[in-house]
Amino acid sequence: MTYAGHVLILVGIYVVLASSLQLVAGYAGLLSVSHAAFYGIGAYTAALLAVRGVSEFPASVCASYVLGYVLGIGVGWLTVRVRDDYFAIATFAFNLVVVSVLNNCVWVTGGPMGVAGIPAPRVFGVEASSLGAMLALVYSVALLSLLLCYRIARSPYGRVLRGMREDEVFVLSQGRNVRYYKLTVFATGAAVAAVAGCLYAFYVKFVDPTSFSVGESVFLLSIVIIGGLGSFWGGVIGATVGVVVPEALRFLGLPVAQVGNLREIIYGIALILMMLARPQGLVGRFRLDVE
Amino acid sequence: MALRCMDLYKSFGQVQALAGLWIEFQPGVTAIVGPNGAGKTTLLNVLTGFLKPDRGRCLVGARDITGLSPDRIARMGIARTFQDLRLITQVSVLENVLLAMPPERGERLFWALFGGGRAASEDRAREEARNLLRSVGVEQKASSLAGEISYGQQKLLSLACCIASCASIVLLDEPVAGLDVVVASQVMNILRRLGSDGKVTVFIEHDISAVRCVADVVVVMDEGRIVAQGRPEEVLTRPEIAEVYLA
Repeated sequence: MTYAGHVLILVGIYVVLASSLQLVAGYAGLLSVSHAAFYGIGAYTAALLAVRGVSEFPASVCASYVLGYVLGIGVGWLTVRVRDDYFAIATFAFNLVVVSVLNNCVWVTGGPMGVAGIPAPRVFGVEASSLGAMLALVYSVALLSLLLCYRIARSPYGRVLRGMREDEVFVLSQGRNVRYYKLTVFATGAAVAAVAGCLYAFYVKFVDPTSFSVGESVFLLSIVIIGGLGSFWGGVIGATVGVVVPEALRFLGLPVAQVGNLREIIYGIALILMMLARPQGLVGRFRLDVE
Repeated sequence: MALRCMDLYKSFGQVQALAGLWIEFQPGVTAIVGPNGAGKTTLLNVLTGFLKPDRGRCLVGARDITGLSPDRIARMGIARTFQDLRLITQVSVLENVLLAMPPERGERLFWALFGGGRAASEDRAREEARNLLRSVGVEQKASSLAGEISYGQQKLLSLACCIASCASIVLLDEPVAGLDVVVASQVMNILRRLGSDGKVTVFIEHDISAVRCVADVVVVMDEGRIVAQGRPEEVLTRPEIAEVYLA
């Protein structure tokens, strides 16, 4: 039960991450390789507040969201000026900068040693230390992030995002300020990823820079692509596959050291096969190979 | 409301695409003709903000629009189509028209999240979009993906998008190129209707019969300048014009 609960919590956290990245990459077509950086910023915000005595979950979520949004606006302001591959490279660079800061600002972040001893979250004064309470917290946030994703996807705002994903020139010529849409959706995605980081910090009780590397950003992007870009369920399915498959590898009796490498190989092969056989992902509609 | 270009210059390296161009487009249908490389599409791109002129000014009424961004110019009531037919091919025909309608409140992030259920304005917009599609003859394709309808229907859809924007100035780049006789005549009827509704309707065209059929005024461009302007029956019969354009 404990193990299943652990897997369910990880799936929940990745659903939050995947749904937020779905907004940015799936609906708006911004292939961001910096999602793990915002995830990390949220995790460190919650961790540093908690070890200094602020472990109220709503306060941590708000702080992570606001910081993620503000940084998202800042990074977006710099990066949405460029498009496609250049945008991916610019966001990739931001992720490198964040990891470097986390590693080197030892007096704040603990450097490579990270932040340990994060206390259990408290919800309006009540400690949520049990697995059940953590599950409830994670899935409440996952539901809220899915609701946000759903609202945006079904709204006229989402319609402009879908238009922008395919042809910015068309959207511009219809009088829509493309930069406003790119900035707001990028910042919203960043803020929700930061909230996922907050959940991660409270669950794992330890954060260090290795969990928020560029590799993690690429992994997040790959689960959204595998699930289906631009599909509401794509993020959920991608997150489930992304967490459950590596866990299932444990039952093959492979040495623990090999499981991590196998995960990389499996995702690499899955991505290649997906691009060849089903470019729109498992349940997606939008194809990356737009002509 | 007239659209004016005053002393426009635009060059690409050594190529002078616009060379001191002066023109005023009045309500009604104006056709721009001229050989390839005459600067016709460059003029449309400058007027809609996709290119910045090296010199000169563009005015809508008394308002200077030179150098404004394409989205700002579009919001000021200038709609356009493109030679390479730009549509959102992976969304429905209806959604393309909805995207072209004047921006609504639900297009802001805050209202998208906290605006309650589907607004009545959204239902009204859908109804209007359907009526518009009916008026251009592609209503039966409203739910199809824009990329899955025929080329002719895509041309009609791009015109529907221009009409949906409620723009007072419509600039069209080769609207009848590549169309069969039936669809071409549908397009020409729409152009006439736009002109008679008092909109400034400017279209670039190589098909002289379409120009004769629809245009109130024809403008002949060559080497970035206006070489002739007037009623089609006067301008297109001049020998020097036939030499420049029909050679």
